[in-house]
Amino acid sequence: MDPAAFAIQLLNGVQYGFLLFLVAAGLTLIFGILGVINLAHGSFYMIGAYFAYWLTARTGSFPLALVLALPVAALLGWAVERFAISFLYARDHLHQVLLTYGLILIFNELQRIVWGNDVHGVPLPDALAGTLALTELQSYPVYRLVVSGLCVAVALGMYAVIHTTRLGMTIRAGASNREMVQLLGIDVKRLFAIVFSAGAALTALAGMLSAPINSVYPGMGESILIISFVVVVIGGIGSIKGAFLGAMLIGLADTFGKVLLPDQAGMVVYGLMAAVLLWRPRGLFGAGSA
Amino acid sequence: MRLSRRRLLQASGAVAATGLVPSRFAIGQSAKVRVGLLLPYSGTYAALGHNITDSMKLAFAAAGNKLGGREIELVQVDSEADPAKAPANTNKLIVGEKVDFITGPVHSGVAMAMVKIAREEGTIAIVSNAGANAVTREMCGPNVFRTSFSNWQVCQPMGAEMARRNLKRVVSVTWNYAAGKEMIGAFREGFEKAGGTVVKEILVPFPNVEFQANLTEVAALKPDAVYAFFAGAGAVKFVKDYADSGLKARIPLYGAGFLTDGTLRAQGAAAEGVLTTLHYADSLDTPQNRSFREAFKKATTRDADVYAVQGYDTAQLLIQAMDKVKGDTKAGKALIAAMEAVQFDSPRGRWTFSKSHNPVQDIYLREVRNGDNAVIGIAQKAVADPAKGCGIA
Repeated sequence: MDPAAFAIQLLNGVQYGFLLFLVAAGLTLIFGILGVINLAHGSFYMIGAYFAYWLTARTGSFPLALVLALPVAALLGWAVERFAISFLYARDHLHQVLLTYGLILIFNELQRIVWGNDVHGVPLPDALAGTLALTELQSYPVYRLVVSGLCVAVALGMYAVIHTTRLGMTIRAGASNREMVQLLGIDVKRLFAIVFSAGAALTALAGMLSAPINSVYPGMGESILIISFVVVVIGGIGSIKGAFLGAMLIGLADTFGKVLLPDQAGMVVYGLMAAVLLWRPRGLFGAGSA
Repeated sequence: MRLSRRRLLQASGAVAATGLVPSRFAIGQSAKVRVGLLLPYSGTYAALGHNITDSMKLAFAAAGNKLGGREIELVQVDSEADPAKAPANTNKLIVGEKVDFITGPVHSGVAMAMVKIAREEGTIAIVSNAGANAVTREMCGPNVFRTSFSNWQVCQPMGAEMARRNLKRVVSVTWNYAAGKEMIGAFREGFEKAGGTVVKEILVPFPNVEFQANLTEVAALKPDAVYAFFAGAGAVKFVKDYADSGLKARIPLYGAGFLTDGTLRAQGAAAEGVLTTLHYADSLDTPQNRSFREAFKKATTRDADVYAVQGYDTAQLLIQAMDKVKGDTKAGKALIAAMEAVQFDSPRGRWTFSKSHNPVQDIYLREVRNGDNAVIGIAQKAVADPAKGCGIA
């Protein structure tokens, strides 16, 4: 591989990693703090994408669709937490898996009824639709770079909230020892509601941002869910830092796996996960790891 | 016309009581013909299943909802496009519902199970979409028919076409799964026979739709053209990414027809100029196609597509063959011979069967122009699948 191609592949991997991070960040927080295995996480990704498609078609503006859809997604996340997930905190993981799997089926069926089974594209505003020439043959879509920039901004914002605010402190505490936080008299009910709806909104945002890149189609939530779980497991459950590093590793492994080991490309990310778990069974930044 | 013939038959049925004609014939006349449909009515492929079903109903309605004088009863089972459930679903129709014909499915994995059981039970199976080559090759049999296409059939003609366009070095891209490999393999066979070289076969893990790494690889290889097969969401994504990467302006994109069929609205301008081959095109300018599309639109308010055509032709096959044997579903060899002999002008063109019971059909060369697959020629006329390993061919 010549240096230019290598550099572009590096860019591809990092850019894919950023998008994975947005989805995995919410998943890892919900898993780490609420202790809930939320299989319906991918559904928020799908809902975000369909909202982006639907509102862009209605309003004619993709950025406006984003602004309108984000609060709706957060509200939906709040409602799901309040009316479904909150009954699960005292129960074991099997109940959580059953309920959240049921939610997947419900959301998929709703999607089918409301939007049908077609594949949809989401048009970008002209300002974002351009490309930058990288080599004489290949250029890079401006929008992908914008998405990466937004992801970095969100990651920095999350870092600031988690490390400098009181809410962030309780979130960190909750991730490392949930029982202790409850015993200290912190309003966990409110904390859980905030974390869940923020996680849902983040994932929906990832779905919205990726809609113009990936197009919008039935079943898109499930495909992202599996890879996000891999990211969370590699990074360590509950760790935002871990989710970021895990997403970068997966993004790069997937990209270079496809080029260098095409026959094993489907397995590379899982091989990486297995290797990380052998080395650090709780993931890179998992609670309780050395 | 049909009525009087039926009366005549009934009269001959009465004569049959004397023992000249088997008595099942007279009994069969009064019972309904049961046609089983094993198609996806839920999930990703639901739209395909509904289009195949609705166009069959359309064709049957035009024939008075009768096959050879007998009322038609459709028995629909949702295949869910799930190969794991295919044996149970097939048995439900063949053994449980005792259908006279079983048609469908969309998914090749489901088709393999359906055809296997139909061969064991002796029920006539008509595959109305799944393109796996094996259906009319290793799995072929006297009671196995296909009204759609084989993967080989729709892709192989593009090889010679691209060689004619003086393209010598080509990179192929598809998902790493059975259908993708069959399509690319067929293209490669045609292209290399015509003197071209496939410099690299890129296989993307199925159903991954993150193509950036592969596109960077294409740019590094600098081929004369790219040949691709993807379907559904993957097709939309690949065509858009290919255009966004800037490759489309320098390296033309060719592919199997499914790359741009039913996906053009989502692909938008990115698909303009992409060249594909298929056994049908929406824009085919023949009286049969125009009137079919009009009737389908009127009946369903949806636009017809290649799947609807395949459903329509499946129904035509049944109508013609059953007329010939006068509705006798137990006619065995006579019924199969009648099906083999069916010829008509389909919306896709002149229709005949090959010896392995796969259609012999023209493969059209289509170019995406103004959001439509415009027919710019015939890549190869009257293409028949080679039917390697088929015992009856």
